[in-house]
Amino acid sequence: MERQTEETIEAELTGLREQYRDLGIFGLRRIIAQRGAEEEQLASIYLLTNRLGEPIAGNLLTWPTDVETVSNRIRFSLDDPDRSGTRRYLGRSVELDQGYLLVARDIEDKLRTQALLVNAIALGSGLMLVFGVIGGFVMSRWMLTRIESINRATGQIMAGDLGRRIAVDGSGDEFDELAANLNAMLERIERLLAGMREVTDNIAHDLRTPLTRLRSRLEVALMKDIDPSSTRQLLEETAADAEGLIATFNALMNIARAEAGEQRASWELVDLGELAQDIFDLYEPLAEERDMRLALESTAGIKVAGNRQMLAQALANLIDNAIKYTPEGGRIALSVAQTREQARRIARLTVTDNGPGIPVELRGKALERFVRLEPERHTPGNGLGLSLVSAVAKLHDARLELADNNPGLRVSLVFERPVDTAPPGG
Amino acid sequence: MSDMKVLVIEDDVAAASYMVRGLEESGHVASVAHDGRDGLMLAASQSFDVLVIDRMLPGLDGLGVIRTLRATGNRTPVLVLSALGNVDDRVEGLKVGGDDYLVKPYAFSELLARLEALTRRGQPNAAEAPTTQLRYSDLSMDLLGRRVERRGKRIDLQPREFRLLEVLLRHPEQVLTRTMLLEKVWDYRFDPQTNIIDVHISRLRQKIDRDFEPPLIQTVRGSGYALRIPDQTA
Repeated sequence: MERQTEETIEAELTGLREQYRDLGIFGLRRIIAQRGAEEEQLASIYLLTNRLGEPIAGNLLTWPTDVETVSNRIRFSLDDPDRSGTRRYLGRSVELDQGYLLVARDIEDKLRTQALLVNAIALGSGLMLVFGVIGGFVMSRWMLTRIESINRATGQIMAGDLGRRIAVDGSGDEFDELAANLNAMLERIERLLAGMREVTDNIAHDLRTPLTRLRSRLEVALMKDIDPSSTRQLLEETAADAEGLIATFNALMNIARAEAGEQRASWELVDLGELAQDIFDLYEPLAEERDMRLALESTAGIKVAGNRQMLAQALANLIDNAIKYTPEGGRIALSVAQTREQARRIARLTVTDNGPGIPVELRGKALERFVRLEPERHTPGNGLGLSLVSAVAKLHDARLELADNNPGLRVSLVFERPVDTAPPGG
Repeated sequence: MSDMKVLVIEDDVAAASYMVRGLEESGHVASVAHDGRDGLMLAASQSFDVLVIDRMLPGLDGLGVIRTLRATGNRTPVLVLSALGNVDDRVEGLKVGGDDYLVKPYAFSELLARLEALTRRGQPNAAEAPTTQLRYSDLSMDLLGRRVERRGKRIDLQPREFRLLEVLLRHPEQVLTRTMLLEKVWDYRFDPQTNIIDVHISRLRQKIDRDFEPPLIQTVRGSGYALRIPDQTA
């Protein structure tokens, strides 16, 4: 701030020296007298003295006392009765051949403003520091508390309390979001774990029985000497047992895979009409051999994103079941259609038969693994057919509907999000 | 059936020895390696008709072995054996240069049939040859005109029957299992719960074999079907 003042003084002095050189001491005296007279409130001071320091011209009567010299600048104070109090000046004096020249400026106001500013900044920073420290302390206490609560919850989950969740306080801030995400993750992990547990339970359930049978068969055979002919029979029966075990195992693996949803990377656009046509071609001769009529009704161009092999297997299982459970001379129909449901386009893959159907109260049960609704178990199969269909449906975000065909069963896979490739109205 | 020279690269010693015994019982010659490096060395230093490579091997894994072989210009057909049955795993196995993929637990008859199908690829009348005429015994198929004749008499076939017969004609005198037929004719890989393939074969037989002698479509017990003149082999 003072530099600006210094520069003005410097410029003024340079000007005055030039005047002195051109006009001599008298010319300068006139100019100084004039400038001094113009100053009413001593905002600027001009003083020209002779070599003895006696004033010649200017608005100051004597050379100021108590002058503080810093390099080539001088500082001094003057009492100013007009403006009540002491005022500080910054100036410069130069020596001329015939005397001394002093030019100074009142810097009292500037100094005061500066002091005010410095105080304000100091106070502001101080307050900020104080509030910052307090606020930071409070904030960090609060953050630590929330992190601590998340830590505590995860600790308990790690310790085995899988049902525990992290508290969400509803504030919607980042911590809430983090907690909600962690909870969603835990939810998914728990569901996967539950699925795995179910799979292992089911594997244990359905593999134990045939494994026991297989072992007993071998143990009993080893109790006595076996003749070559019965050896062959024993081995054939054992091989058949193993084959059954493998078939069940493979079916379980397929269900587990569909439930894990791990194959989405290899998904493609599957044309449901083509799929239905393929499976129709595959099963039509079998139906004919059983004296049944298998009909196909499909619309072209209805596509869904999915795993073609799994969808084919699911559809094959449905037709397989229909053929298995429908008496000779039955009618089975396979259809693919696109309809509207609450203003949304849906694709429907339906298999109907006129067999015995499934009573309403047993329909939920029918989807469970290993459930075979006829207790005598005449019909071959491992009871996993519909479970696979259900798992494949879930994998494709499709709904599996079991309904009455009056008489018979109507099973539909309802795809909520068919891919829009069908011609309008198609 | 001509014998094959097979290299089995499988780290499970017991499984490998059963496989070797089975191959030898079936009249083939088999060598074994129990890890990837030995297998790669054997495969590179001798000539085999087909390689059976387990996907998970100590040292150098199965896919690494195939990749290295293919990179050095070795084109011996490879059957990948795997305990992983995902679509993705299968695609990966075929992408690195495997020719076929079989998931454990497999039936030995399935393995054998697939090995034989692989070794026949390079021979005349083979699967991927760009031919318009297929012929076996007195049976002929014109792929362009979609015509089938036996002993000069025209036989009308449904499209699926035509495709089924085409696959049989492309693999004459070879066992094709039900899963192989489902794969090759319908391009589906799953276990049908009923023997739907048998019904298709019996329909085809009605048209190809009923009015002619000898019957050409043979059932191979415990395996599948083969196009074969009955008294030629047991």
